[in-house]
Amino acid sequence: MNLKLKIWRQKNSTAKGKIVDYEVNEISSDMSFLEMLDVLNADLTEKGKEPVSFDHDCREGICGSCSLQINGRPHGPDGAITTCQLHMRKFKDGDSIVIEPFRAKAFPIVKDLIIDRSAFDRVQHAGAFVSVNTSGNTQDANATPINKVDADYAFDAASCIGCGACVAACKNASAMLFVSAKVSQYALLPQGQVEREKRVTDMVSQMDEEGFGACTNTGACEIECPKGISITNIARMNREFIGSNLK
Amino acid sequence: MTLGENFPAKTPEGPIEDKWTSYKNKIDLVNPANKRLIDIIVVGTGLAGASAAASLAELGYNVKAFCFQDSPRRAHSIAAQGGINASKNYMGDGDSDYRLFYDTVKGGDYRAREENVYRLAEVSGNIIDQCVAQGVPFARDYGGLLDNRSFGGVLVSRTFYAKGQTGQQLLLGAYSAMNRQIARGKIKMYNRHEMMDLVLVEGKARGIIAKNLITGDLERHSAHAVVIASGGYGNVFYLSTNAMGSNVSAAWKIHKKGAWFANPCFTQIHPTCIPVSGDHQSKLTLMSESLRNDGRIWVPAKEEDAKAIRSGKLKPTEIAESDRDYFLERRYPAFGNLVPRDVASRAAKERCDAGFGVNATGEAVYLDFASAMTRYGKEKALVTHQDASNEALVLELGKEIIATKYGNLFQMYEKIVDQNPYETPMMIYPAVHYTMGGVWVDYDLMTTIPGCYAIGEANFSEHGANRLGASALMQGLADGYFVLPYTIGNYLAKDIRTGTIPVDTPEFAAAEKSVQKQLELFINNKGSKPVDYFHKKLGKVMWDKVGMSRNGRDLKNAVKDIQAIRDEFYKEVKVPGDLNGFNEELAKAGRVADFLELGELFAKDALNREESCGGHFREEYQTPEGEAKRDKAFQYVAAWEHSGAPKDAKLHKEMLDYKYIEVKERSYK
Ligand SMILES: Cc1cc2nc3c(=O)[nH]c(=O)nc-3n(C[C@H](O)[C@H](O)[C@H](O)COP(=O)(O)OP(=O)(O)OC[C@H]3O[C@@H](n4cnc5c(N)ncnc54)[C@H](O)[C@@H]3O)c2cc1C
Ligand code: SF4
Ligand code: FES
Repeated sequence: MNLKLKIWRQKNSTAKGKIVDYEVNEISSDMSFLEMLDVLNADLTEKGKEPVSFDHDCREGICGSCSLQINGRPHGPDGAITTCQLHMRKFKDGDSIVIEPFRAKAFPIVKDLIIDRSAFDRVQHAGAFVSVNTSGNTQDANATPINKVDADYAFDAASCIGCGACVAACKNASAMLFVSAKVSQYALLPQGQVEREKRVTDMVSQMDEEGFGACTNTGACEIECPKGISITNIARMNREFIGSNLK
Repeated sequence: MTLGENFPAKTPEGPIEDKWTSYKNKIDLVNPANKRLIDIIVVGTGLAGASAAASLAELGYNVKAFCFQDSPRRAHSIAAQGGINASKNYMGDGDSDYRLFYDTVKGGDYRAREENVYRLAEVSGNIIDQCVAQGVPFARDYGGLLDNRSFGGVLVSRTFYAKGQTGQQLLLGAYSAMNRQIARGKIKMYNRHEMMDLVLVEGKARGIIAKNLITGDLERHSAHAVVIASGGYGNVFYLSTNAMGSNVSAAWKIHKKGAWFANPCFTQIHPTCIPVSGDHQSKLTLMSESLRNDGRIWVPAKEEDAKAIRSGKLKPTEIAESDRDYFLERRYPAFGNLVPRDVASRAAKERCDAGFGVNATGEAVYLDFASAMTRYGKEKALVTHQDASNEALVLELGKEIIATKYGNLFQMYEKIVDQNPYETPMMIYPAVHYTMGGVWVDYDLMTTIPGCYAIGEANFSEHGANRLGASALMQGLADGYFVLPYTIGNYLAKDIRTGTIPVDTPEFAAAEKSVQKQLELFINNKGSKPVDYFHKKLGKVMWDKVGMSRNGRDLKNAVKDIQAIRDEFYKEVKVPGDLNGFNEELAKAGRVADFLELGELFAKDALNREESCGGHFREEYQTPEGEAKRDKAFQYVAAWEHSGAPKDAKLHKEMLDYKYIEVKERSYK
């Protein structure tokens, strides 16, 4: 198929960006979306033009690197997947596709479609850990049984890949889904109990400092999250937060 | 200590069960106050690097960690699916440290160092304890205890897992431990930074030149020791299950500075990957080995059926049971579908080469869950007092169980192939997955360069000529959490009075200049072809001539072909953009330049090894039944010393002596 692409180009974080039109031809429907961009980039390189920069690494939906806003939707039109898992069979010949970076004040653009998500890392530095040293004599892994239901919920929350689609989907650019997923994982496990209150307070305060917006419960984040992180995590975090601040 | 002086490895005295303990009792320690005076660079934040960085920082060292992604959490380890081994014997099926040690050495076809492997088995249980303490949500049973599954090449269940996302959960655990140290200021994290070269001062590793991938600036970083945890080099084949950015460069740069490179030809070709669909393909996707717990591998028994399937006239579900060839169960009744990876891959290739392959390309076999669904469905029907003779009901129940076990993998498959694996068998074919070879290290995990260490997939150790499933995660975390933090002290104890290493020295300046020169060469080159063109060409030579089965003639040709591609690369490569700012093509050019050198050494090593063992299969050396034929004369680690060009690399042999395991023919029949 032949496609028209409208891609955000921006030289660096301080330059002004704009949408530039491109065309790609003979795209196979078995290609992934990023492979389609590879075709464009090979063509641009051969013509002596600068290829389009975008983040990617695993290309199988787990590293959380890829982050494209495709026709206005984070990770594109298909549900429950990342950009790298999107296949061209979701498009048809002659389609025009708008490709932009995830947009949020807390995610400044680095170049073209690449954004800076270090704010996510800093929120995690604030408290997303259990303070246990590596010693080789922590207690036996089976010493504390954990109810399977809690363990499974903790896993579901922990499966967040830190891509930022939730922030890009939210009209307030809120990071609540991302932060609450981490808070929930630890809140559900016995290992997370000791630092439970401090963790939620510190992470939320860092989240605010990074310039993420407030949550107004629109639920857009949950719809676009490639890992199906549930919005119930936000409710849990709110309870945790209120609980810790009442004391 | 001088370069290469630690070769061959010296291991502690005493019986194998006591070696590690007695070693730890005797080594030099650095006192806590002095640790504050010592800087360590860790290149890579996968399982090995992240666990090492966190543990070293906890001990009090000043750590600087580097990764090329935008966050340590995105290292390639994140993609590991199936699980991590540990000899906990929670299942009570007779597992022990010795058995894990034995399985690993045998699985590696007797090409790994006994002492290292035993230590790995010994600390494996600690890893699980540590990860659980960090809040890693492993799968549990209804009693709340940790669940285990089986992986290939063993007869016990010792694999801990978190659905099909074990690597993700373990890496996020290590990342959380890092985050705690980053918050304390004990780790300084350099994201989007690539190590470009190692800096030696008076023969010791004292720093690196790193490139800030956003600004393009070259930076000098000094330390008292440098740890390379940069992962494996499977991408030398272009197509592999590795992440796009996985590369050999950090390992190769230290090789060129004096670290010997061991067994480069030992590569793992994983049997269960999604087959190639066309020329556009940029990477291959693994379907976890855990699927072989329940999936049965087959091809049509009749060639005409295979042909009909390839041309789309027949569906796999239309082929009768009696017309299917479950070739692994047929050839290896004892292990069946759970034979080790090298054996399974070669068997699949053999069937496809003989004309029984499915898929339009003829390069695929089936992985079928129909009988598992029936089995699970019946059990569920019985337990829940429903009608176990109702086939539709049984299938429905069976599907649900399969979905809870492998749901995310099935979904991944469907997205890529556009077929529903609950309805029709999956198609799979072997793909490059892991490299057992890597930088040579001694018992302390130190390379032949004093003060330079290599851990995780980047080193050559523990897996011999073939790695068992779920053992890479184990090794990466063992190295980072439990081995390196001790062994590095033994070296650093002599460095407490050294003080900060200055970077405004001729050594740093020279290293930076040579990096700068190479970058300029790429940017100023007047070629016409993009980097990927050469990478693909190299990959094709590697796959066709240095792949799943090899022979002397092809290997000799491969060496020549690779040299020719390398020459063409330097003449014809075109790198757009400029030196400053983010430039992915420039980063790729540097990595492919290194692959083009490694590829040659790889072929040279395969040519040298005139035997078949593990993942290295030389057609000239096989038994009448087509199994790998080992040769006692090659019971050594081939460690290559750089001397100008790959063709001139000098071979050093570390002879392997098995005192605790009897070297037998490796049989899975
Ligand atoms: C799809 C897949 C599934 C797997 N599943 C399993 C499994 O179930 N069980 C199992 O045991 N093993 C599995 N493996 C193997 C295992 O995942 C890897 O061997 C292991 O994760 C490697 O970890 P590592 O820490 O050595 O390196 P990696 O995780 O590859 O990390 C490398 C790090 O080095 C950095 N780096 C590299 N070069 C440079 C440079 N020049 N400068 C700066 N930084 C650099 C990268 O940024 C990254 O942080 C799987 C592998 C694949 C491909
Ligand atoms: S919550 Fe979902 S959308 Fe948000 S970062 Fe995590 S995986 Fe991405
Ligand atoms: S590239 Fe890793 S999630 Fe898309």
